[in-house]
Amino acid sequence: MKIIVTAKQVPDTNEVKIDPIKHTLIRDGVPSILNPDDKNALEGALALKDPYPGSTVTVISMGPPQALIMLRECIAMGADDAVLLSGRAFGGADTCATSTAIAAGIKKIGDADIIYCGRQAIDGDTAQVGPQTAMRLGLPVVSYVQKVVEVNEAERYAIVERQLEDGHEIVKVSLPCVLTCVKELNEPRYMTVGRIIYACETPDIIKIWSEKDVDLDPSECGLNASPTKVDKSFTPDPKGKGEMLSGTIQEMSAALVGRLREKHVI
Amino acid sequence: MVLSEKYQLIQKLAKDFTEAEIPSELQDEIDQTGNFPQELLEKFAHYGFYGIKAPVEYGGQGGDTLAYVLSIEQIARVSAVASIYVSGANSLGSGPLLLAGTEEQKQKYLGMVARDGKYPAFALTEPGAGSDAGGVVTSAVRDGDDWIINGRKAFITGAPIADFAIVFCKTDPSRGNKGITTFIVDMDLPGISFGKPENKMGIIGCPTSDIVFEDVRVPDSARLGEVNEGFTNAMKTLDYGRLGVAAQSVGIAQACLDEAVKYAKERKQFGKPIAKFQAIQFMIADMATELEASRQLLYNGAIMKDAGDRQASMYCSMAKYFASEAANRIAYKALQIHGGYGYIKDYRIERLYRDIRINSIFEGTSQVQQMVIAGAVLK
Repeated sequence: MKIIVTAKQVPDTNEVKIDPIKHTLIRDGVPSILNPDDKNALEGALALKDPYPGSTVTVISMGPPQALIMLRECIAMGADDAVLLSGRAFGGADTCATSTAIAAGIKKIGDADIIYCGRQAIDGDTAQVGPQTAMRLGLPVVSYVQKVVEVNEAERYAIVERQLEDGHEIVKVSLPCVLTCVKELNEPRYMTVGRIIYACETPDIIKIWSEKDVDLDPSECGLNASPTKVDKSFTPDPKGKGEMLSGTIQEMSAALVGRLREKHVI
Repeated sequence: MVLSEKYQLIQKLAKDFTEAEIPSELQDEIDQTGNFPQELLEKFAHYGFYGIKAPVEYGGQGGDTLAYVLSIEQIARVSAVASIYVSGANSLGSGPLLLAGTEEQKQKYLGMVARDGKYPAFALTEPGAGSDAGGVVTSAVRDGDDWIINGRKAFITGAPIADFAIVFCKTDPSRGNKGITTFIVDMDLPGISFGKPENKMGIIGCPTSDIVFEDVRVPDSARLGEVNEGFTNAMKTLDYGRLGVAAQSVGIAQACLDEAVKYAKERKQFGKPIAKFQAIQFMIADMATELEASRQLLYNGAIMKDAGDRQASMYCSMAKYFASEAANRIAYKALQIHGGYGYIKDYRIERLYRDIRINSIFEGTSQVQQMVIAGAVLK
């Protein structure tokens, strides 16, 4: 099987500053990491290599050359190779322009059976790029995947559990498809020392593609193709720790009513 | 020093892995019970930490000395005792095999360590042969195609849990250093017994004990390297092995500094955090500077070694000597900043202070390092 994973390098902090003119994130000086949900997506893809030996996992990302180290991390975890969409034209992209570029990259890689995305990135928290990418590729998408029950390559379908607020639904989806993954999907593996060396010393294991390489016009990329304007971005005040009641339902109900009375809610 | 992507990722792996797998509760438990979970050692091996420097064809990861010291530093920053296992596997255990092993020996024993997480002990020290390593009296006597080993090795790190040991024996008592031969000895052979694990001050969780050899018969194929050339093998292994101790020192010292900084910011006296007082600030400045100097010596030693520099051995000794002494000073100051609380086992600095103490002693005391350095300088 040919599996593609989308990944994003994100700042490892809540204290992200916003460019006052472009209304985009300033990344300089902030340590960067592989987006946590994307790590689960990658693990999901790697786990398929066991039942389907000979499968390949390619990771695709869009970003500046600094993102190369994140792609090497993905290869060190077990991905076969990676593509970085990089160049001036891609700069300042919102989710709309990002999904255009990612979809173009995936098309260029070609013949994907399953595309694993993280649910959302911890910097933007939009959860849009995965589903938008599916739309642009004309593929079915299942979001919030918490378990992959079955992938049947021969009969071209997958059965997955989709996380809901109060439970889950079981979805059968035809291949090729896009899955966006939540952290409950799995426990990502670590890199290994040997794979790190392999990822860093194998020439051309990561391809760097510009907009031309994926047949896009600069007008379809980056800030030019991004209708989103960030009005304001700020770090909300942390919420106080909630109180968990314990005991029987009767005891907890009584305690809850007591608390609400104390605060004159009832 | 600006590290390349490869080394940054190795650092990240060692840090992420150790922080996640050995959280502070487990660190305390290991220190209190002396039990280090076996499955954790296998996990270290699984992710490649037991064979960082071993070549890929023997089940290793094909890394270099810099990759090794970066890993040890990050592991020791979280758990000093975990770094002992990893350095033992990579350095003292694997070093002699890489230096003198036959193809068959390397395939078998390096693979056992690097792939399967088996632990190799390095049995050189004896009750009467410490810094004077050439004074070993454990004997190996030829008997037909075999050798018969008799004697006692002391303070052997990991002996009770080791699967095999690299044992240095006198084969020609008349020739001193030039009469020592190395053997690979499986630890389940008849005639081998272990002393009671020593009740140590620190690095608790890796048992250290005597190994007693009573008429232990090994075949000549267990001989590692040429007859009477074992001492060179031991010295070469120790030359570079001490970089691992330097790396542990840097990792533990960093943990001490981290704890001191955290505590100094939290602890209030005279109406403000003690970090606001110059007396504390000057200690922190000294600690951070000595730590950075140690780290530069360490990385430099590793790079010299990887480059095959003729003076590498001296630089390794300098790194081990300076880093282990500096780490002891840093631990002292970090505990001092904690005041009375630092003397209580509830605070991590208490353990760090005990853990670091051995570093200026094992794998060549500071004084032996001074001899090596002076010898090289005065040559």
